[in-house]
Amino acid sequence: MNAPVIARLRKAALVGNPNAGKSALFNALTGARQKIANYPGVTVERKAGRLMMPDGVPVELIDLPGSYSFDATSPDEEVTRALVHGEFAGEVQPDVMVLVLDAANLEQHLVFAQEVIELGRPTVVALNMVDLAQRDGLTLDPDALGEALGVPVVPTVAVRRKGLTELIAAIAVAEANFEADSSAHPRPHLTLPERRLAARNIAKAAILSVSATRQFHTGLDKILLHPWLGPPILFALLFVIFQAVFAWATPFADALEGVAGWLSDMVMVILPAGLFRDFLTEGVIAGVGSVVVFLPQIIILFAFILVMEATGYMARAAFIMDRMMAGVGLSGRSFIPLLSSFACAIPGIMATRSIADPKDRLTTILIAPLMTCSARLPVYGVVIAAVIPNVKVWGAVGLQGLVLFALYVAGIVGAMVVALVLRRSVTAGQASGFIMELPRYQMPRLRDLAIGLWQRAWVFLRRAGTIIFAATVVLWLLLTFPKAGPGESQLDASFAGHVASGLHVAFAPIGFNREMTLALVPAMAAREVAVASLATTYAVDSDDELQTEQALRDQITARWSLPTALAFLAWFVFAPQCLSTIAVARRETNGWKWPAFMLAYLFALAYVFAGITFWSATALGL
Amino acid sequence: MLWQRSGMKLEALERGAPARIISVDWSAIAPEEGKRLRALGIDRGTQITIAHRGIFGGKDPLAIVIGRMTIAIRRVHAAAMSVEPL
Repeated sequence: MNAPVIARLRKAALVGNPNAGKSALFNALTGARQKIANYPGVTVERKAGRLMMPDGVPVELIDLPGSYSFDATSPDEEVTRALVHGEFAGEVQPDVMVLVLDAANLEQHLVFAQEVIELGRPTVVALNMVDLAQRDGLTLDPDALGEALGVPVVPTVAVRRKGLTELIAAIAVAEANFEADSSAHPRPHLTLPERRLAARNIAKAAILSVSATRQFHTGLDKILLHPWLGPPILFALLFVIFQAVFAWATPFADALEGVAGWLSDMVMVILPAGLFRDFLTEGVIAGVGSVVVFLPQIIILFAFILVMEATGYMARAAFIMDRMMAGVGLSGRSFIPLLSSFACAIPGIMATRSIADPKDRLTTILIAPLMTCSARLPVYGVVIAAVIPNVKVWGAVGLQGLVLFALYVAGIVGAMVVALVLRRSVTAGQASGFIMELPRYQMPRLRDLAIGLWQRAWVFLRRAGTIIFAATVVLWLLLTFPKAGPGESQLDASFAGHVASGLHVAFAPIGFNREMTLALVPAMAAREVAVASLATTYAVDSDDELQTEQALRDQITARWSLPTALAFLAWFVFAPQCLSTIAVARRETNGWKWPAFMLAYLFALAYVFAGITFWSATALGL
Repeated sequence: MLWQRSGMKLEALERGAPARIISVDWSAIAPEEGKRLRALGIDRGTQITIAHRGIFGGKDPLAIVIGRMTIAIRRVHAAAMSVEPL
């Protein structure tokens, strides 16, 4: 970017209230890959794409966080305010404002619209979701609206790609005209009540007719927000989600496991015995394969979360959960980031940007890693399958599922207790409120869901291909060299074995064996690496090929005692072993203070609870 | 009667009954939250209906309807608002 700029890339910005359909319009205009949802505050990152103008010159289009006003109350609203005023460091003020209005909620959206138009920048209005307005019985006159606002108005339906050509043409015209007439008349600044009155009058002028069509979402809300029906429906849904994650994923996971086994066999056949073959089978396939197996579960969990967001139900879930969250000093708003954290703490922590109260937000960030993320599933899955008998305790409920459920509950209860303590100590402050728009229900678009799922799957696979691959390879090298002498175990002789022996001193009291201690080191990169490490360690340590091919599960069954295995599970309920989470917490809290605090308290909890688990299981004679 | 002049608390309003806000005690609401409520259109003169209240028989939170928008608020906010039934 240091080269002399002849003609700066022109810039247009999408602005508007939350739930105006900005993200959907952004996708439709640029084809960029971005998550679409309709609970307030999903657009928390800078989203930019290229918009090809009629003259063939591209314009950079950015999608700004939804705002109700320039009087910012949350971090993401502050981004919007600073950027459109040209006060955002490193960002040029947009040349054209594309103001996105929800056609069915004009009176409300016109309040902020006036603020944007008052800036005096070239502005084009996208009167979005006109189809939903019609469903609600509203007939609108875009020309009358344009007349009243003094800017061009283009009706659009972003999800059906309607009105896009007209909108792009209007953006081009607005930009050209502004350059010709830069002495734009300054518009009068109004107070909020004045703006609200004006909004009402403008909306009245633009609405041709209102028929008595019953709003679709009020009927649904009668059931889903019913004081007695709503919560059981939400809990039933959450139960179905977690059941589905395990039941539906099994055939796919088995198939992936089969592929890994087949690959390993192929390598055995094709390559001559030697270091390189060992590297591929013991290092790469055993390590990375054991993690990729969990892709189906992650996809299923994210599919449910994306559907809940896209339909508008997620905001209702926040409403229902508010009472319980209030009990520990948080609000329903924290539910959305925390539920996302069940898939992965990284999007969860980023979603906290929509929480206005800073103490509330910090508390949510600090407890997000306690939600059982998908990276723990590989660890839980393999250890549970290895040491917990597959028996039915009650009807269709199996003991293995029950243990897994207990681990999830342990994480949730831990998070609630921690939140309660934090809100009375380090993040003490006034009890936070809960103010949130409940968006109208919408049918999710299959294409948008597919894009969202693909992004999640890709992030996971990229981790498997990079962090996990690298950690596995390094570990394999440390395990393989130096070579053991005759009569000596490879694990004892290797570098890794020496490191593990040293660390083992600290972990022996809580029942960890040396291989487990060893697995914790590379697992600092990501929790699921623990499984890959164990698989590699046991593969290298095996005396003969038959044993090498034994599944990790059988190795654990043979080598771990029950108290040891349970302690390992308890450790992973709390342990903050994920570099990406620590990095994102640092970025979101602007420093090392809070990530360091998070690491310290979570490791302390992990050690204490693993210890308690081990000692009590031993005392019970398990 | 006294209540006609001073109005009633939004908290006490019947579910589904239309009303107008006649005053808001902003000092009872955190400044940032007051800002947010005003940005959402909650102020003196706003027509308001309670659509849903609480779960499991509790009174918190509330879902109110303003125009064509549904907003969740807490009972403490509702307690600071006086309304007159329409």
